[in-house]
Order: sequence, then structure tokens, then C-alpha cells
Amino acid sequence: MKIIVAIKQVPERDAPVRIDAAGKWIDEADLNWALNESDAYALEEALQLKEKHGGEVVVLSAGPQRVGSTIREALAKGADRAIHVEAADLAQRDALGVAQLLAAAIKPENPDLVLSGLQSDDLGYGQTGVIVAELLNLPHGSLILHVEKTDTGLTVKRELEEGWFQTIELPTPAVLTIQSGGNKLRYATLMGIKRAKTKEMRRVTAAELGSATAPVAVLEHIALPQKQKSTQILSGSPKETAAALVEKLKFEARVL
Amino acid sequence: MSGVWVVLEERDGRVSSINWEALAAGQRLGKQTGLAVNAVVLGAQTEALAAEVAAKAVTKVIRVEHALLSSYTPDGFTLALEQHFRSDQPDYVVFPHTYQVRDYAPALAARLGQVLIGDVIAIGDGPVFIRQLMQGRLSGEYRHSGAGTCFLSVQSGAFRADQAEAGTAAIEIFAPTIDAAQIRTKPGQPFRGSAQTVDLGAAQFIVSVGRGIKEADNLPLVQDLASALGAELAASRPICDNGWLPIERQVGSSGQTVSPKLYLAVGISGAIQHLVGMKGSQCVVVINKDPDAPIFEIADYGIVGDLFEVVPALTAAVKTAKQ
Repeated sequence: MKIIVAIKQVPERDAPVRIDAAGKWIDEADLNWALNESDAYALEEALQLKEKHGGEVVVLSAGPQRVGSTIREALAKGADRAIHVEAADLAQRDALGVAQLLAAAIKPENPDLVLSGLQSDDLGYGQTGVIVAELLNLPHGSLILHVEKTDTGLTVKRELEEGWFQTIELPTPAVLTIQSGGNKLRYATLMGIKRAKTKEMRRVTAAELGSATAPVAVLEHIALPQKQKSTQILSGSPKETAAALVEKLKFEARVL
Repeated sequence: MSGVWVVLEERDGRVSSINWEALAAGQRLGKQTGLAVNAVVLGAQTEALAAEVAAKAVTKVIRVEHALLSSYTPDGFTLALEQHFRSDQPDYVVFPHTYQVRDYAPALAARLGQVLIGDVIAIGDGPVFIRQLMQGRLSGEYRHSGAGTCFLSVQSGAFRADQAEAGTAAIEIFAPTIDAAQIRTKPGQPFRGSAQTVDLGAAQFIVSVGRGIKEADNLPLVQDLASALGAELAASRPICDNGWLPIERQVGSSGQTVSPKLYLAVGISGAIQHLVGMKGSQCVVVINKDPDAPIFEIADYGIVGDLFEVVPALTAAVKTAKQ
């Protein structure tokens, strides 16, 4: 099975976010970057499928040069090769604009399966995989926790709301977006890190993949969220704040 | 162009509250723009659902009906709505932000050359659509550009279901053309993950733990606090993903929805998927080392500090108070 895993590099969790001077995106200077969490599960699912059935795992990522470090991480975990779509304007593109880039890079590869994470931890659109399927005219499943290969295609376990699940059968080629938690993530081994350096990383520019359509969903402005409640912040030593909180819960909120 | 359309869905013959929230959002958009508000219901048998929606203040309700829509498939729903919206091009289409909508609405919008503005938590003048970024640490303001249809989905709890205005509407039927071969996926019956032995929904006190706990070995710290309070122990998704606590203790959109008297969140940053599961709590206490963690936005009381120091101190204080 030839599997393409679309991954995204996002700011590290809990990295301090500062709004840039234009108020349109975050200041990317001094940020640490990481592999998007649900994409890590998509990669894991792909690697396990390859271990069971053979084939090839190709990672695909769009973004500026810094994305290379996240691609190397995926190669170190066991992906066979990579495609880096060089684009510096990802935050200005809408979900369709990004999906067009990825779909154009995927098409000539003719994969059996395309996996991506459910959603990115930065923009959080949760749409890229579904739109890629639409653009490539492939069937898709979203929120997938488990993938099993069958004689005719795939049987997948899909998460529904509030603890419900569903099994879906679909033919290949197909696109699946993977929910976190379905597998245990592996770490890169030292040997894997060494090998990653020799693996193929092909670069294509966004321009080579076709012209971008103007975004229809335009992010005009970002801001700190508005508070929904007035929060009392209790300060002091751990012992003092603990005592103050118990006091408040008993006599002010009256819940104890 | 033909106004604002709201797409409502049912499950087991029931319309859940988020659908009426989407309708309230659509009505608000209608007032803001001066456009008529219409509704779409789709399925194999939509008569009862359509009648329920027709008792709201909308101009017309369209029953998009076909035998192949009896169970949800992304292909079936996308095709049916594509045909309807091509024949009757709307200015706005409003969806409830459910797992089902997330599965097909992005494809539907793309097929019509558009992009879904998903997970909207507020609508401002313009209109502009507000949604969260960076797991709730920032909010972004989106505008739809161009002459095509603007697709949006509204987050659970962002609008009030009881504000969906009543009225009377005409009901019409639209029969899409769908061939069985066009439906490529075969859905099975929904099933429950595991036998539910914990009913967090009924708990009065909940201590909930997140990534900040760092390791499974540290869980006794919060378990002690929960025991002292007589509370149930719950968790955010990453804790259950790691297998540190069973999934039945997960609070959030993919886990349980809770509304206890006291919800004490320890080391949880507060992504929206978690917040939708607990924001109905009467009193929310947050312990987190990051003062910018989004969960503070819905906290009644907050302690900015190291949970490994604060939690044991709190356990001791609770024990003393209960003596």
C-alpha cells in the first residue's frame, strides 16, 4: 500500500503567542515548532499499516523552510521519503487554498491511501483532509481511530459524539482524517534519526503546483479572546491560596 | 441569491439543541442583513422534522428527501445539498457544528468553489464571523469575500436555542437525483465504545485533570483531592488518549458532558472540545501554571501556580474544612 501522510508543523503547545504588528497573525519569531498532534497519530497509523502490509509511506508537508525539521522527524520515525511544498503564505490561504496545494502534490503520486490529522492545533479548521478528498474525487472518512485493510478496500472505526463509534467500509484509494488516541505513538530511534538524513526529501514550490485562488474566507484580524466570566485570581503561597479557595467555595460560591 | 438557509439534522427522530442554536444564528444573520431565513431538513423521511421546523420563524422549509439519505453518508448529503443549493443559490448557509457537518460541509462548500467558516462562536457587524485559533488562546475575525455563498457552522452553546423565534412556514419538497453507485462509503450502525460504569453527568463534584499532570504516576495527587472532596475524577482527552484513565472519564465533545456544582480543572489548558463538555458547570475552579491558558476565561476562581504544590495544599485544606 502506498500511503501519503499530510502533516503540519505548528507552534509548540503552550508556546507564548504574541499578535504581530498588523494584527493579522502571530509573531513567529522565537517560536518553537512541533508536529501537529493528530498528524502524529496519522503518521503512526500509516507506519503500522506499512509494517502489516508492506508498501511505502510518503510524508507531505507545506510551509516555509523551517518545516524541514518536522519532516525529518517523520522520516526518523520511519517514513520512506518526503515531499516539501515550499509556501510562505499558509496563514493567508484559506482551507481550500491549502488543500489545493496538497491535492496537486498528491495527484501525480497516485497513492492508495491519504492520511492526515483531524485538525491543526493552530488554525483548527479541521477541513483540509475532507477538501483534499473532494478535490481528488476520492471517498473519505473523518475522525478515524482505526484502519483495517480488507480485500476490497478499508474498514475503519469512526468516532461519533459522546462516546459513540461507527464502522465504515470504503474502497481505496481513499482519504482519512485521523483522530488522536487510536494508537500509541512511537519515538524516533537513534538509528532512525541517522537514516532520515539519507532519505529523499523532494521540494516543490507552491507556484509549480498551480496558481492560488484568492481566499474566500479571509482572516482579517486576530485578538485575545474576550472573557466570558469575571475570574477571581487567588494569589499567595500554595497553602494560603488553598485556604482562600476553600473559604470562597464554602461561603461565597456555597458549593462545599 | 436567496437569503439565509439553515441546515438542520436529526438523530433517531430527535433534533438536538445545537440545531435550534444554528437556527437562532441564522435568524440573527437574517435580521442583520435583511435577508429571508429558510431551513433545510434532509433524510429519507423528513415530514415530522419539517413540521417541527415550520413552527419557527422561517419563510420556508425545504424537505430534501431521498431513500438513499436514510443513513448519513458524506457522498449522499453532499450531493443532495449541492443540487438544492445550485438550484436556489443562497447568500448564507448556516450549519450546526456537529461531527456530521464537519464530515461533509467542507466538501460541499469546496464543490461550490467556497470555503466553510467553521466553528463560529459569534457573529459581528459586517457580518464578521468570530472563531477560535491556537486552541482557544486567540480569537480570529473572518469575513467572506466574493459574490458566492458564505458557508458557516456554529459551535455548540454559542447561540441560544431558546432564542430561535417561533412562527409559521411553508413546507416544500426537493427531490435530489442520487444513484446508489455515487455513494462510495458504507456506514455501519453506531455503537457505544465500552460499558459505561461511570456517570459523570450525574456527579455533583468533579476534579478533572489534563496534560499538566505530566505522568500517569502523578495521578494519585489529583485522586487524593477528588477523594477529599467526594468528587469523581475526570480528564481531558490527552490523558485518556495516553491510556492513563479510561475513556469513560473523558469530559468534552468526544466524551461526556457534565454540569456539576463544582468543576475543578487541574492542568487543563481548555481547548474548545473540552470546554463544550463542562461549561454548564455551576462553579469552575482552575489550577494552571500558565496565566494565559484559555480555561481561565470561564473560571470563577483561578490559581496560577504549580499544580504539584497547589493540589496537595488544597487537599489538606479541604480535609481540614471537612473535619
